[in-house]
Amino acid sequence: MNSLRTCPVNSSRALQFATWALSASAPLQAQAKSKKTLSKPGVRNVVLVEGVRTPFLQAGTTYADLMAHDLARGALQGLLNRTAFPKEAVDYIVYGTVIQEVKTSNVAREAALGAGFSDKTPAHTVTMACISSNQAMTTAVGLVASGQCDAVVAGGVEFMSDVPIRHSRKMRKMMLSLNRARTLGARLSLLGSLRLSHLVPELPAVSEFSTAEMMGHSADRLAAAFGISRLDQDEFALRSHVLAKKAQDEGLLTDIVDFKVPGKDIVSKDNGIRPSTMEQMSKLKPAFIKPHGTVTAANSSYLTDGASAVLIMSEEKALAMGYKPKAYLSDSFSDFLFHGKLTKMRCVSFSPTYAIPKVLERSGLTLADIDAFEFHEAFAGQVLANLTAMESDWFAQNCMGRKAKVGAPPMEKFNLWGGSLSLGHPFAATGCRLVTMVAHRLKKEGGQYGLVAACAAGGQGHAMLVEACPQ
Amino acid sequence: LFYSCLRGSDRVPLFPSPARTHVNYEVKDNVAVIRINDPTSKVNTLTRQLQDDMMEVLNEVWGNSAVKSAVIISTKPGCFIAGANIDMIKVCKSAEEVSKLSKEGQMMFEKIEKSPIPFVAAVNGTCMGGGLEFAIACHYRVATKSKKTVMALPEVMLGLLPGAGGTQRMPKMLGLPTAFDVMLTGRSIRADKAKKMGLVHHVIDPLGPGVKDPEERLIEYLEEVAVGVAKGLAKKTVTVEKKKGLMQKVQDAVLGIPLVRNQVYKTVTQKVMKQTKGLYPAPLSIIEAVQAGVEKGPAEGYHVEAVNFGKLAMTPESRALIGLYQGQVACKKNNFGKPEREVKSLAVLGAGLMGAGIAQVTVDKGVATILKDTTTEGLARGHDQVYKGLNDKAKKKSITTFERDMTLSFLKGQLDYSGFEKVDMVIEAVFEDLSIKHKVLKEVEAVIPPHCIFASNTSALPIREIAAASKRPEKVIGMHYFSPVDKMQLLEIITTDKTSKDTTASAVAVGLKQGKVIIVVGDGPGFYTTRCLAPTLVEGIRILQEGVGPKKLDSLTTGFGFPVGVSTLIDEVGVDVAAHVAEDLGKAFGSRFGGGNVDVLKTMIQKGFKGRKSGKGCYVYSAKKKDKQVNSGTEEILKAFKLTAPPAVSGDEDVQYRLVSRFVNEAALCLQEGILADPVQGDIGAVFGLGFPPCLGGPFRFLDSFGADKLVQKMKRYEDAYGNQFTPCQLLLDYAKDPSKKFHK
Repeated sequence: MNSLRTCPVNSSRALQFATWALSASAPLQAQAKSKKTLSKPGVRNVVLVEGVRTPFLQAGTTYADLMAHDLARGALQGLLNRTAFPKEAVDYIVYGTVIQEVKTSNVAREAALGAGFSDKTPAHTVTMACISSNQAMTTAVGLVASGQCDAVVAGGVEFMSDVPIRHSRKMRKMMLSLNRARTLGARLSLLGSLRLSHLVPELPAVSEFSTAEMMGHSADRLAAAFGISRLDQDEFALRSHVLAKKAQDEGLLTDIVDFKVPGKDIVSKDNGIRPSTMEQMSKLKPAFIKPHGTVTAANSSYLTDGASAVLIMSEEKALAMGYKPKAYLSDSFSDFLFHGKLTKMRCVSFSPTYAIPKVLERSGLTLADIDAFEFHEAFAGQVLANLTAMESDWFAQNCMGRKAKVGAPPMEKFNLWGGSLSLGHPFAATGCRLVTMVAHRLKKEGGQYGLVAACAAGGQGHAMLVEACPQ
Repeated sequence: LFYSCLRGSDRVPLFPSPARTHVNYEVKDNVAVIRINDPTSKVNTLTRQLQDDMMEVLNEVWGNSAVKSAVIISTKPGCFIAGANIDMIKVCKSAEEVSKLSKEGQMMFEKIEKSPIPFVAAVNGTCMGGGLEFAIACHYRVATKSKKTVMALPEVMLGLLPGAGGTQRMPKMLGLPTAFDVMLTGRSIRADKAKKMGLVHHVIDPLGPGVKDPEERLIEYLEEVAVGVAKGLAKKTVTVEKKKGLMQKVQDAVLGIPLVRNQVYKTVTQKVMKQTKGLYPAPLSIIEAVQAGVEKGPAEGYHVEAVNFGKLAMTPESRALIGLYQGQVACKKNNFGKPEREVKSLAVLGAGLMGAGIAQVTVDKGVATILKDTTTEGLARGHDQVYKGLNDKAKKKSITTFERDMTLSFLKGQLDYSGFEKVDMVIEAVFEDLSIKHKVLKEVEAVIPPHCIFASNTSALPIREIAAASKRPEKVIGMHYFSPVDKMQLLEIITTDKTSKDTTASAVAVGLKQGKVIIVVGDGPGFYTTRCLAPTLVEGIRILQEGVGPKKLDSLTTGFGFPVGVSTLIDEVGVDVAAHVAEDLGKAFGSRFGGGNVDVLKTMIQKGFKGRKSGKGCYVYSAKKKDKQVNSGTEEILKAFKLTAPPAVSGDEDVQYRLVSRFVNEAALCLQEGILADPVQGDIGAVFGLGFPPCLGGPFRFLDSFGADKLVQKMKRYEDAYGNQFTPCQLLLDYAKDPSKKFHK
């Protein structure tokens, strides 16, 4: 398989195109890959027509005074501008968000209306931690594949410069009772019960509800469980920044659309890409497990503002409308992974290892068939732990019930344009960034199959196979 | 041998030392990593071999100038050191011998404390008794937050004291009040709590699965962290001193005043005396050793600790408590083999106090449980009881609210028999009435699968009579739980001659899963526990009739070592239940169960004095007042049934022995008749189920230490005054005749 993989894949492009265009029922003879194509008989081909994102900025920087739906609007408008897609032809909008702005709880609808989409296009918001936009895309693919829609916009937004900080439960309870109190006396007696403790604010949960553990803490334990050293993590983080910088300098990050911040400059570049030196990185103290932990600010993804959007269509419709689709979105799989004994023993950032073999087996591909890998990088330690687990027979046998290991992706195909560590990680916007980036990489590198994988709090993971469309 | 080892460093060994089996070490970056693992046991204990190996290794480490610091770690999964080896103490014949053991331990730990290089104890798993004393002799402690990591000085529960420097180091480390609390209660301390108390310096979280066994990797990780600390200590980048909070500083300053300290000793002693009634010597010895060390200096402190340790080891109280500990371990095993099918789903009939309690301890272990009742009100009450039990745990932070919710999801409340076709075991906890039990049994047998076991939670009805209505008596068994089920450790399992071995194995397996200490007894009215309790209660009523007030009766029984007085016990059990049992067993056993008049109880029931549950019994219960008042209504009833006390057998001591001798005689009869398989189960059942004084170790241990002959003498006196309820049984007479005969070896 290895030797076959290096063969040029262009030879059968024309044939393949014909196959896809006809929604072919019989796949051609496999030559280079385990499977010629992922097209399935009787199922509509779903394509990624375009994917865009706002520049990802560190929280508290240029976007600081905006709101989540502003960024989302930016991404949606950017998508329309780039594709010149007729707004009324959009059948549905699905948008992800994690930390919800309570004023715009269905941020999908608010942003869509603001971006000038038709008020007849329904929009819903989905939340699934860091794979929220992955789930938005999965929903979109399902809507198109089942024939309910022809064109769906999916995306996600995260705005970490402002988060909802609430009054305490006691205070809220008092304020609500105050609302119902009818007489002045009742009101005064309620106010009389006000104590200093009522005024302590409640921050949005930084830890998971079910395990009461913070993500960084979990990642540190995960790294320790797999014996991933601080040095390895710092090296991987540095790699991410160096590659991202290179991609930025070479102009490969074409998914970015400019964003005009009212009263400020036009933003057109990610601002968190900062290649450092190993020496500088080694000086940082552990951020979560002190003092012996290995996860630091430098080898973790940082709080980021940003939004992304993709246009997902049926292939027939896209071609009929004259678009050149970028990629087929084939098989998408979200896996729930919270078994074990209720406790923190199960590391949450771990699910790609579980989701990937499932998605591969379902599609009949092997790891060797994949030309481009795009993994979400929440923490360097978490990525490396996943890679180690995929290479471990012990893990496969004892934790996954498999006979043998899945195998880890080769680094020369892995996150070559940087990742969440360097580009930034606006939770719910990352999924679309990953898919668009893998499509762009397949095009640039001449590959056929791409694999996207991401993990999320709550022990969930997502994997998706992407197949390049013929040029 | 021990002393030669101590001086080993300046002595050329004449013979090459035999291979070390329990302790080894390697030097990593100038850190000596000393690993403990006893290959002969599942847990590490401080045995002679382990101590010798350790001393040898320590001397090599100290002799190696390249070593700048050391880590002590156990490679045994889930266990650092579980404590000193009890057998080592049990074989000693004199207090002096035990004192010598204590001194040896003290010296080894003192050498570590005074070591020229710093020692880091890396603790994962059980770290108790001598194990904890070892750890606190080290300069720095790192512990994992694994659920198995538990620190404690449980010696007091064995009637001993921490005899290897514990009474001396603990006060210095934790301050007097906390140190007393830890040593006098013997309570278990988890790692994060230990961190807060200042018992450990640093904690690490357990890891998930990686590329090898999680426990194995955790120990490796612990070692990595500990080696890092050890290096830091050697380089002085890590300090041993902890920053003290303001409260701590204030406390230290206050306790620096001798007068205040004296007050602390006094208060603690008073508290101990109040709780133990002076029946347990160990807590007082602990206070004495601590006081000696703090007030007169370490030399005197260590000396008193060692001497007291020796003395305590020779006390009958310590023998009794050690016997109970070992009996408890024995009663946590399934001697009936592995059941053919594991019970994965269970149904409980009746959502009353008992039923809901059984459901709670079952869902707590993740077993799907159906709780069935006949009314929605009953079901709601039962559900609330389970919720409250779990929520209390969450409030105490022993589980999270999330774990509470997930545990509760295993519980299914319903009014019908749907789903019973899939359950593996049914435990009925319906009203104690044979005809109702028969009705329920028939209904259940119509729906359950053939392999399903039917267990009856009854406190007195013979199982064979319940099983008489069954089509499959081999699947019928008794499981007698004690109230409150989530607190009481004992489960009495009753087998009939028809109960199959696999059914018994299954019931024991379920009980063990529920965390119970289990005795398996033969069938008969009242089985074992209720049968011992009934004559004691009847005697209690007699004593009340004779004019001893409920309060006095309570103080006499608690003064003998019972945790709950007889009058209070009647209220707790319920006057109606007590009457029911006394009458039933009275019919079954005749005049031996006579004495008090059951009509006293019946009159109380008529007046609504049903005990705590009705707010009135022997006492009046109100939610507000903590101090309960004697119920004047009951006093009047007692006056109406007044009997004259024969003066010869009515002194305080005689009253106590009248109660105890009837209990013990009935227990001996159970052994004689084969209801009990052995005295160990008899002791465990009496102590854990009925509160027989732990310091006496149970009825059989009591007979061994008190002397069967002495008890028989007393009983003969009572027999003369009262009649045949005090006639000693044949087994007692046999043991009285030959004082060399003992129930426990």
